[in-house]
Amino acid sequence: MGLEEYKGVYVFAQQVDNVINSIAFELIGKGKDLAEALGTQVTAVLLGSNVKNLADELAEYGADKVIVVDDPELKEYRTEPYAHALSSVIEKYKPEIMLVGATAIGRDLGPRVSARIHTGLTADCTQLEIGDFPINPVPGKETKHNQLLMTRPAFGGNTIATIACPDFRPQMATVRPGVMQKRERQEGVKANVEEFNPGFTPDNKYVEILEIVKAVTDTVDIMDAKILVSGGRGVGSPENFKLLEDLAEAIGGTVSCSRAVVDAGWKPKDLQVGQTGKTVRPHVYFAIGISGAIQHIAGMEESDIIVAINKDETAPIFSVADYGVVGDLNKILPVLTEQIKAARAAN
Amino acid sequence: MKIVVCIKQVPDTKGGVKFNPDGTLDRASMMTIMNPDDKAGLEAALRLKDEYGAEVTVLTMGLPKAEEVLREAIAMGADKGVLVTDRVLGGADTWATSQTLAGALRNMEYDLIITGRQAIDGDTAQVGPQISEHLNIPVISYAQNLKVEGDSVIVERQFDDRYHVLKAKMPCLITALAELNEPRYMTPGGIFDAYKAEITVWGRADLKDVEDSNLGLKGSPTQIAKASDKVRKGSGEVVTLDPAEAASYITGKLKEKHVI
Repeated sequence: MGLEEYKGVYVFAQQVDNVINSIAFELIGKGKDLAEALGTQVTAVLLGSNVKNLADELAEYGADKVIVVDDPELKEYRTEPYAHALSSVIEKYKPEIMLVGATAIGRDLGPRVSARIHTGLTADCTQLEIGDFPINPVPGKETKHNQLLMTRPAFGGNTIATIACPDFRPQMATVRPGVMQKRERQEGVKANVEEFNPGFTPDNKYVEILEIVKAVTDTVDIMDAKILVSGGRGVGSPENFKLLEDLAEAIGGTVSCSRAVVDAGWKPKDLQVGQTGKTVRPHVYFAIGISGAIQHIAGMEESDIIVAINKDETAPIFSVADYGVVGDLNKILPVLTEQIKAARAAN
Repeated sequence: MKIVVCIKQVPDTKGGVKFNPDGTLDRASMMTIMNPDDKAGLEAALRLKDEYGAEVTVLTMGLPKAEEVLREAIAMGADKGVLVTDRVLGGADTWATSQTLAGALRNMEYDLIITGRQAIDGDTAQVGPQISEHLNIPVISYAQNLKVEGDSVIVERQFDDRYHVLKAKMPCLITALAELNEPRYMTPGGIFDAYKAEITVWGRADLKDVEDSNLGLKGSPTQIAKASDKVRKGSGEVVTLDPAEAASYITGKLKEKHVI
């Protein structure tokens, strides 16, 4: 089986409760860049039950083709039927690149599928491009062109590594949500749909779902926020987050937090920014009373504008801040909130 | 019940990492610890042992020095330790690592295999699910709660905005989140046992049903093209001002950037 038989960029279009996850559009967006470099197309793979009507949305974000596996076994995410469906799609259609979101679903599905079809998988990528491997010619070693070069942080964000998968196909990666850019939605585009069903035969690997417990949350997803007002241990108490909430309200932002705040039980986990929380890239990120552990910085350093307030002038957060203020947040925030209110009222 | 817990010795990344002049990681100068998610997995196994009387074996792959984490696990209450170490296994990616551990597990008896969700050095979360695939058993990853009922496990599996309560027939593999529990400390008696304990050491020849072409650097589909210290965007301005001036400074910058 020749590697050149494998063609096209495929992305796993994750849906839950028949709502497509934003990561699917991000993968299509990045997939388009890669497909253009390779002179090929982007195919979205949509797995679920009664999901056919979601295909057009994938086309609106740029998918050239949508393969739909629609089966009652795929109603809720379970590792085995999903792994079977995606592996079967790969075996039948032979993509050269297969991208999966590095979500709680994708990081379970990706490894299972890559092990089944015997290929490499690079986890949690933050950058993807097409290039040569080795990157610079090495005497005595063949240079392979048009390889997927997958870049990811490792060692808690202290290092970055670029990985290739030169001898196996597809080249598989899970991609960190919130990092790749979606394309602008083109309303009304119709999908080129191909239906496929590999058949499902439950075996020992099919687990039983006894119960589904959804977290009750009425907050905005911090990954979608344009402005984040993020607090750390330095805020001092859960009550003191009122200062951040006031600022967020004045500027039209959303409150998020560091891991220390979640560990202390002051805020829920879905507001946590960082390596073990969410990666965010808002237009403005306020880091308030956040010292800036490397794991936190890894989750927010791509923000356009970073404003940091901390009483400790040696806090590592200042090393990534565009505008750093050394001072007491309790005294600065109320004044800042009033000034912002006044400025916005004047506009 | 027989439980095998896969654990990894990892550099403690909390204190930052150090590099050799050639840009490779200076592992020798860094402190090592038992990977936190794996430790939670071990604690879960030890609780099952406390409750149902299980035999807990810890399995690791690494340099001979990785024996230390096996002894730590025994000091916490594990019964046996198996170290897989061999030069030919070095440089393995997650495919080759999972092949190696699956090869070792084929020589072991288990009802339940527990791994951590991910290791803090690689952060891939891939080895657990890949082992389960090679052994053709079910996997439940991201476990935040775990109990045994007859021949099945009942597991709370965490997702972004929900959790599923899942039931799987044993044998199966669970990947544990650090949030699963608060691992116990080593006991004085346990430390004594750990000193005396004989660690089983396996090499390449002891792995069952694994091709050489799936092991070590040569058996790894992924290859490193480039590795480097993270380049950060660098700091901007840092000012120390009294509160009113500090607020005006920030407001001014936000106006300049057309945020407000």
